[in-house]
Amino acid sequence: MLDFVQQLVSGIALGCVYGLIALGFVLIYKATEVVNFAQGDLMMLGGFFAFTFIGLMGLNYWIGFAGAVIAMALFGMLTERVIVRPILGYPQFSVIMVTIGLGYFLRSITGIIWGTDDFKIDTPFSQGVLRIGSLVLAHDKLSVIAATIILCALLYLFFNRTTLGTAMRASSENMLAAYYMGIPVKRVVSIVWAIAAAVATFAGVLLAPITFIHSNVGLVLGLKAFPAAVLGGFGSIPGAVVGGILIGVIESMAGFYLPQGWKDVAPYIVLLAVLLLKPEGIFGLHVRKKV
Amino acid sequence: MRFIFKTDYEDDIRLFPHSGYVWSYGTLLLLLAIAPFVLSSYLMSQLVFVCIYATVGVGLLILTGFTGQASLGHAAFLAIGAYTTAYLQQYNVPFPVYFLAAGLLTGVVGALVGFPALRLQGIYLVIATISFAFIVEEILARWESVTHGNEGMRVKTLTLLGTAVPRDSPAFYFLCLGVLILTIVGSLNLLRSPTGRAFVAIRDSETAARSMGVNVALYKVKSFAISAAITGMAGCLYAHKLSFISPEMFTLQLSIEFIIVILIGGTFSLHGAVLGAIFLVMIDPFLTYLKDDMPGIIANVAAAFGASKATASNIQSNVAAFASANGLKGAIYGVIIMLFVLFEPLGLYGRWLKIKLFFQLFPLYKRATFKRQKIYVKSERNR
Repeated sequence: MLDFVQQLVSGIALGCVYGLIALGFVLIYKATEVVNFAQGDLMMLGGFFAFTFIGLMGLNYWIGFAGAVIAMALFGMLTERVIVRPILGYPQFSVIMVTIGLGYFLRSITGIIWGTDDFKIDTPFSQGVLRIGSLVLAHDKLSVIAATIILCALLYLFFNRTTLGTAMRASSENMLAAYYMGIPVKRVVSIVWAIAAAVATFAGVLLAPITFIHSNVGLVLGLKAFPAAVLGGFGSIPGAVVGGILIGVIESMAGFYLPQGWKDVAPYIVLLAVLLLKPEGIFGLHVRKKV
Repeated sequence: MRFIFKTDYEDDIRLFPHSGYVWSYGTLLLLLAIAPFVLSSYLMSQLVFVCIYATVGVGLLILTGFTGQASLGHAAFLAIGAYTTAYLQQYNVPFPVYFLAAGLLTGVVGALVGFPALRLQGIYLVIATISFAFIVEEILARWESVTHGNEGMRVKTLTLLGTAVPRDSPAFYFLCLGVLILTIVGSLNLLRSPTGRAFVAIRDSETAARSMGVNVALYKVKSFAISAAITGMAGCLYAHKLSFISPEMFTLQLSIEFIIVILIGGTFSLHGAVLGAIFLVMIDPFLTYLKDDMPGIIANVAAAFGASKATASNIQSNVAAFASANGLKGAIYGVIIMLFVLFEPLGLYGRWLKIKLFFQLFPLYKRATFKRQKIYVKSERNR
């Protein structure tokens, strides 16, 4: 029983990381109907920025964290301006390819700049553990869970309660109509990319004590975050987190109870099953085309 | 400028619309035929890879370019073809049989993937095919009684009609070339048949295709099966070319490379698969050249512009360090993909058509001819 709870909690913590990356996918998808395959790599780059600020320049953890988030938000805006804006309005596949290209580029450039070793950031959460009865919870995992819940709630409120959030939803539905209604669509899209890159940085920095940072971490985790976003239905913010947790729990349970090898494929098998039964995901909206 | 007058249906579906085609493709065929006697063995080896990649590219084009169903799982189809080859070879099955078996088995698997894919659109389909590829990769690594797991499998030398065909012999090149040409001609015929026209109709608008009486589900599954079968046969040749296969050769990276092939070549014509394959396979020799010769050349250029000897050698060592940096290939891939999507969405073949039209219409060419329309209102979520 204790094993089960321990696996469950570590699965949830892992799932929150997937959820955080999936949040980035969902944000961009929700606002622009574009799928950003480089989201995991943005996370990796955020981690490297934080590593540079904290590990190499010796700044305070929180200042370095904030610096990395701001730097990545600017990087997100730059990305949007340079490679996404010119192809808005073209088929989705073009954008997928361009972000795959961006992912390649970021991975190899970070490999060239920072090297291909594993890096570690010293955080206030690295050491401590929380004991409840005989259950042991590491602080770094708890920090991930807490940050995911807070970010998810904030983003949910942002999208549903603020004017800017509504503008984002409107421009996703129909860019042209939103533009006619006076929404500055270009600026909205740019802000979305900034937010998504910032969220990715949160994931990257919080993840640093758990999995270390190396230039391929984004690819590995990004590919797990995809099923998370799809399971939740691509356009739903709580769905992304729920999907992420689901994937994390499935993965850690499969790793513990099933024979070796199942751990890595179990999320994909579940994903295919869900797509078969409910192609629009668990929280997805099912909209039929009116002719 | 040449005008082709079509007076009946036969003219419309002709593979070679005028004598220019016969001359140009005839010359190309001649050049390909004398290639083994002219080119170095390294370039010949690359040329065989071009043939194999182009075959996969044609398969992928049928699915992605003409039916509009994106797939990032073609490495898995290639793997199934390659493993079928290696497995059947153990039992001394002759080449033609296991070559066809590889295609057939992969085609069946492709159809099985096509069924769940029927309900999926756009990004969901991409992710489903990625998941499929991961599962196949894991099965190959775990099903040790058949695939020998991570140890991989050796592939014996190909024997055709009692004679051995080593993987670096001209005969193997001609075999790959023959398969490629047959695939291209077969696909051209397929695409001008009712099946091919149904594929294109589905790509352009599923709703419209359905209302015109096209059985969308049937044709999507057909497209998956045909595309997978072609890829499986290419997988058979791929296994022979590498002579050793293991699961980690068939990763997502390879699937992305196949997508790059058709993206760079152009997704609207079969020429794209060949041009893209040439481009992708030739990146490697180009990078080697970059590594070996570029630093010296750049230093010489710098010296010619009046840089001192010390600066020139400094530049040389810096460029050399950059060119041999680990993972530079990834960055170049990434930049190439981004540049093509941004500036040449029609690919290399599109560029060729533009150049051709420029000279045909000489002073009257206008860029807007090839401008693609942007659509800001269509939401892919509800189509």
